[in-house]
Formats: sequence, C-alpha cells, structure tokens
Amino acid sequence: MNDTPSITLRGGRLIDPANHIDEVADLHIADGKVQAVGAAPEGFRAEILLDASGRVVCPGLIDLSARVREPGLEHKATIASETAAAARAGITTLCCPPDTDPVIDTPAVATLIRRRAQHLGHARLIPLGALTQGLRGEQLSEMAALKAAGCAALSNAMAPIRNTLVLRRALEYATTFELPVMLHPEDADLHDHGCIAEGRVSTRLGLPGVPEAAETVAIARDAALAEHSGARIHFRGLSSGTGARMLGRLRFDNPRISADTAIHHLFLTEMDVDGFNALCHVQPPLRTGSDRDALRDAVGRGVISALCSDHQPHEPDAKNAPFQETAPGISGLDTLLPLLLKLVDEGVLDLPDAIARVTSGPADILRLPLGRLNPGAPADVCVFDPGAHWILGADTLASRGHNTPFMGWEFRGRVTHTLLDGRIVHSEGPLP
Amino acid sequence: MIPQYDIQLDDRGRLRHFLTIDGLSRRLLTEILDQAEGFAGVSEQRVKKVPLCRGKTVANLFFETSTRTRTTFELAAKRLSADVLNLNISLSATAKGETLLDTLRNLEAMHVDTFVVRHPDSGAAHFIARHVAPHVSVINAGDGRHAHPTQAMLDMFTIRRHKGRFSSLRVAIVGDILHSRVARSQILALNTLGTAEVRVIAPRTLLPADVRTLGAHVFHDLAEGIRDVDVVIMLRLQKERMRGALLPSEHEYFQLYGLTEERLQAARPDAIVMHPGPINRGVEMDSQVADGPRSVILQQVTYGIAVRMAVMAMAMGAPPRDAGEPQDE
Repeated sequence: MNDTPSITLRGGRLIDPANHIDEVADLHIADGKVQAVGAAPEGFRAEILLDASGRVVCPGLIDLSARVREPGLEHKATIASETAAAARAGITTLCCPPDTDPVIDTPAVATLIRRRAQHLGHARLIPLGALTQGLRGEQLSEMAALKAAGCAALSNAMAPIRNTLVLRRALEYATTFELPVMLHPEDADLHDHGCIAEGRVSTRLGLPGVPEAAETVAIARDAALAEHSGARIHFRGLSSGTGARMLGRLRFDNPRISADTAIHHLFLTEMDVDGFNALCHVQPPLRTGSDRDALRDAVGRGVISALCSDHQPHEPDAKNAPFQETAPGISGLDTLLPLLLKLVDEGVLDLPDAIARVTSGPADILRLPLGRLNPGAPADVCVFDPGAHWILGADTLASRGHNTPFMGWEFRGRVTHTLLDGRIVHSEGPLP
Repeated sequence: MIPQYDIQLDDRGRLRHFLTIDGLSRRLLTEILDQAEGFAGVSEQRVKKVPLCRGKTVANLFFETSTRTRTTFELAAKRLSADVLNLNISLSATAKGETLLDTLRNLEAMHVDTFVVRHPDSGAAHFIARHVAPHVSVINAGDGRHAHPTQAMLDMFTIRRHKGRFSSLRVAIVGDILHSRVARSQILALNTLGTAEVRVIAPRTLLPADVRTLGAHVFHDLAEGIRDVDVVIMLRLQKERMRGALLPSEHEYFQLYGLTEERLQAARPDAIVMHPGPINRGVEMDSQVADGPRSVILQQVTYGIAVRMAVMAMAMGAPPRDAGEPQDE
C-alpha cells in the first residue's frame, strides 16, 4: 500500500454543507484528493474499502484557535501530542495563535511550526502570524514574509492593541497583502485585570469582573477601523449577547466582518465559576445564561459562522492555585465535536449547519480551499458514529491538557476515522 | 444561585471550616453567637484560659499584613489553650517559586490542626480548604475582596448585644463596598439572621455590579440612607482609591459620605456606630463620632476574641460550652 491509497467510504451519511449535500452516498478518494461523491469515477479501484454505514462522513474539522504550546511551553503540550489529539477528534486543521515563545512574528517560527506538523503528519497546522512585533501593539510585523511562510491570517492573540493608530495602520498594511486579521475584542483598560464576568457572581465571590462593555467597546472601535481600511476582520471569541447582536448589524453593513465563539461559551455560564472553579476560568469570561442563549441564537442563524475549541492545554499546576492566580483556558480539542452534537440535540441548529460551523464556515473566514468535499479538494475527512455514547474521563482524553470542566459529561458521537490529505491518520480499531 | 460551599460543613452539618457566611444557616450562625456569649466571660476571668483546645496547634498564616486580626486570633487560640504558630509569609517569598500548595504541605508536615489564613486573593481560603488533610480546619481571616466571616460574626455579636433581635433592625453600611470583604460578609450575615433591612450607601464607583442581588438596598445619599437606621457601619477607605479614577479626593468623599455628629442625627436616637478598623479619622468619620457615646468600635475588638474562640472551638470539634454567668457590658 502506498502512502496515499485509494479509498472508498461506503454507505455513510455524507454531509458536505458547502455543497448542500446530506444523503447516503459513497466518497471516493485517491492521490490525497476527493475524486467523487456518489458513483465512482470510471476506472476507480479502491485499495481500501471502509464501511461507513450508520456513520456520518463529513469534511475534516477546522479549528480557528488551538494552542499547541510549541515552541516554548512544551511542559503543557507539544505539536506532536496535540495534533495527534486533533486527529482522534476528527479535526484536520488547527490554527495556532501567535502567542508562542518565541512569538510567531518571524517567518522562521512560522516555518518551524508548519514543518514540524507536516513531518508528524497528524493534522494540518496553520500558524497565525503576529499582527505586531512581539505582540506588543507598537510596531508592525513583517506581514508579507509571514504570509509567504504560510500564515493564513494575522492576530495579536490575547494581547491588546491599545493604540488606535497602530491598529489602523496594521489593518491597512494587512489589507495590502489580503490577509485577514483576527481580533480579540477586549478593551484593555476596561478589562482592568478582571478574571470573571462582572455581575452577580463576581460580586458574590469578590473577584474582579470584566464588564460587557470591554467587549462591545472593542467591537465598535475595531469595526469602525475595518470599515475605514477595508480590512477583513474576524472577531475571535465573542462572549456577550450584546456583542453578538452588534455583530448581526455590523455584518449587514460590512460582510467583510466575521466572528466565532468558543464552543464552551454555548454551554457554561458564570454560575459554573461559583465555588471558585478554576476549570471555568477562561478569557473572555463566561457570562450569564441570557448571554449564552444569545450566542446560541447567533450561531443558529449563522451570524456567528464558526465555532472553535479555543484549545488551551495546561499542566495540572496551572489550575492549582487561588482562582485569580490560575491560568485561563480549557483543553477543548476532545470536546469540540461532542459539544457540537449536543447543540444539535438541544435544537440550536441542525446537523448540516452544525458541521458547517466547524468546516466550511471557518474555511471561508480564512479563504482556505478546505472544509468541503469538492472533487479535487484535499481529502480531509471525518467519519463518526453519531450513536455512540460515552463519558469524558481522564482515560478518554487525547490531549495532554486535562483541564476541562466537561469531565464526567455524557456525550454521543465518536470519531471512528480521520483522513488527512487522503491518508488515514486515525482509525478506531483495526483497519478492515 | 446554588451555594457550593458545603465544603464548610462535615457530614453531620457541623462546622469544619469557616470560609464564608454564604451558604451557612441561621441556626449555625446563631450557634456561633451563642457560643461566643459563653466565651465572652473567659476574657474577664482572672485566669483567662479554658482547656478546650489543649494539645492542638493553630497556625496563623498571614500572606497580607494585619495587626488586629492576627493578634485577636492569637489571643483567642491561646485562651483556648492551643499552641500558636505565627507565620507572616511575604508574597515575595512565595514568588520565589514556592507555590501556595508547597507552603501548605510543609506546614501540614508539622501537624498543624487549624490554619487561620489571610490572603490577598479571593478564594484563597477555599483553595486551601480543598487541599488540606481531612483532619485540618481552615478559618478564613480575610481573602481578597471575597469574605471576612469572623469579622462579620463579631459585628453580628456586637449588634445582638446592643439591639437584641435582628428582625426589627435597619442597618446601613457606608463606603467602599466594592473592595470590601467585610461588607460582603456582613450583608450575607445580616440577611441570614433575618435583619429587616440592609442598606448600602456609596457612590456608584464604590459599589459592585448587581449589589442588590446580595440582598441590600442601594442609596447614594448619606442623609437619606441613614434615616431611621439602628446601626451604622462605616467602612475603611483605602487611599489608593483616589488613583484609578474611583474618587476625586478624600475631601469630596468626606463631604459626601463622612459621618459627623450632625449627620448621625438622622439615624434613630439609640443608633450605634461601628467600624471594622483601622479608622481614617476625618475621611470616613469625625473623631467626635469615633470616640462618641454611640461608637462601639472598641467593643468590636473585644468581642472579636470571643467570637474567634467560638469559631475555632467549633471547627476543632471542642464540646459546646454553656453560656456562663451573665456578663456585664
């Protein structure tokens, strides 16, 4: 068998939202590419035949924000550990924010990350280039060089750009090279060292709160600059209902603006922080039940067109301290698809739309030719058994980071096969 | 909100740790006050000691400086005949690499029975309680902006001694509610004990978001807020609040929220004035009020010892002590 065998996935429920396909159909793959959906092309002979009956076959998942912690923070996780975890979770493309150590503000770091992932071959790892040097919000990064080194977009990660003029110029310069810019909508001064949402829980626990206005002020400012510069901007990680409603209006006027939310924001609220639960310490913070519902609504209507894991694996010590001292973030690769299926079960959106939010939705934001099963497209495929029920435990987690508040939750849907460029990078049980 | 704080109680509903008022029942708070009545006599005896906690070791673990709270805890432990270890752990020492958990493990290895903890982070006492060995008790002596439950209970003790029942009382808390762990614990304790009305009086910048959800009526005007109240609790104003655009000046603060004899006239004629200390005279209140006939500020300090004895004895599992002979005020 050569490196990219010809494969037929037979009899699965094939869901390809970008092409409006949702039917039982065969998928034929060869030379790392999708060859055909339905009838096999003339002369096609499958070296591997996978019975996908009772399973869902869809494009491999694309995660717009997943920290793999390498280079620099290998005590938390590595490219090897997290790309392997991604493969097990049906995720074929990971976008890695630039807040590594060193920061991804030079082509050398971007190339290192990409090559390392390529060499390992578990998942596609797309580096996001730093918008400003060292993420300091002062000097522009070498954007053209970063693009040439494989950065699909720019981002200042969680670091604020306080200076509005710097942001204006960064957007203008990025637009010169048609690079989309991901922005974390948070006004640094209003954030003011807050660690949970400002509201009744912050008041009761005496923890410094982040007001909703920290998000909405930033959205308003950044959208005004996007309008001015013509830049494509993407708000990475909305947390508030007001923010989601603002986004609906902004997108109406300017379709070059998009947004995602971390999937845990659709399930958890500030109440989950009660009792100082550091596993629910995330940034932006979890807000109220009505914020969660408004975000769900925006996801359902497609105003929020992508969902991501916002994967942030940590070593156990990072969460073992008084709440304010703990590192924010949830290890989320393992729960991206299971939580997505829960959204379907809870009636937020139907399965094809849900799959769109983690495939064609994010691909379109980055204008990547991925997340769809067009003939000729890279054969990145996720096959899952939608009826398999299981409980999340330390033994089932593939990521090295065990910092998840979803431990003990019951899920349905288990990934049985993952294909990357036509190669089987994960398969549950032996191959037939 | 579902309280998640049953960590404070053992499986028979008895006090195991004392971390916050949140989630504790009126019955338990009343038990603390009743026990404290019993201990209030001890300090007035010639031999100011009872042997209830003989052989036990209490470690005062202070990550933040404090004189009054640490001293009264130390006295309380000594009057219960416990051995006391005072540790002032500067945060720079822990910043050198030893985590809070490491510090704790080291002390546990010395067979300490009770940790009295003060820490600048909200939730630090909960964190420690979750990580100590099963036989160890943790008493929160103030964590960040979150809670200072023994201070709140000594305030409740003082109020009960002067006013009797809580159900007919109006209580006003004046000042920097936002940054105050004392105010949070007081509001919760007053409500749990059935106080008729709890008011908070402060400018918007010194009030936390949704403060009403704690169970307090909000006033921005001092004259209006203290009208007909039975108890006025003044909070300390930290000087650093002038930075960070929370207040323009101490001068304007005193003009608007400083307690003077004249303003106190609006309260009930028998109203008492309290302050957790230390007082900034001329900022939160006039010296005339602080040293005046309605001030019970020094009694608060005295009662603090009895209340802390009660809490420590209960958490260390000492048998309940009957209220002895009636005590003079």
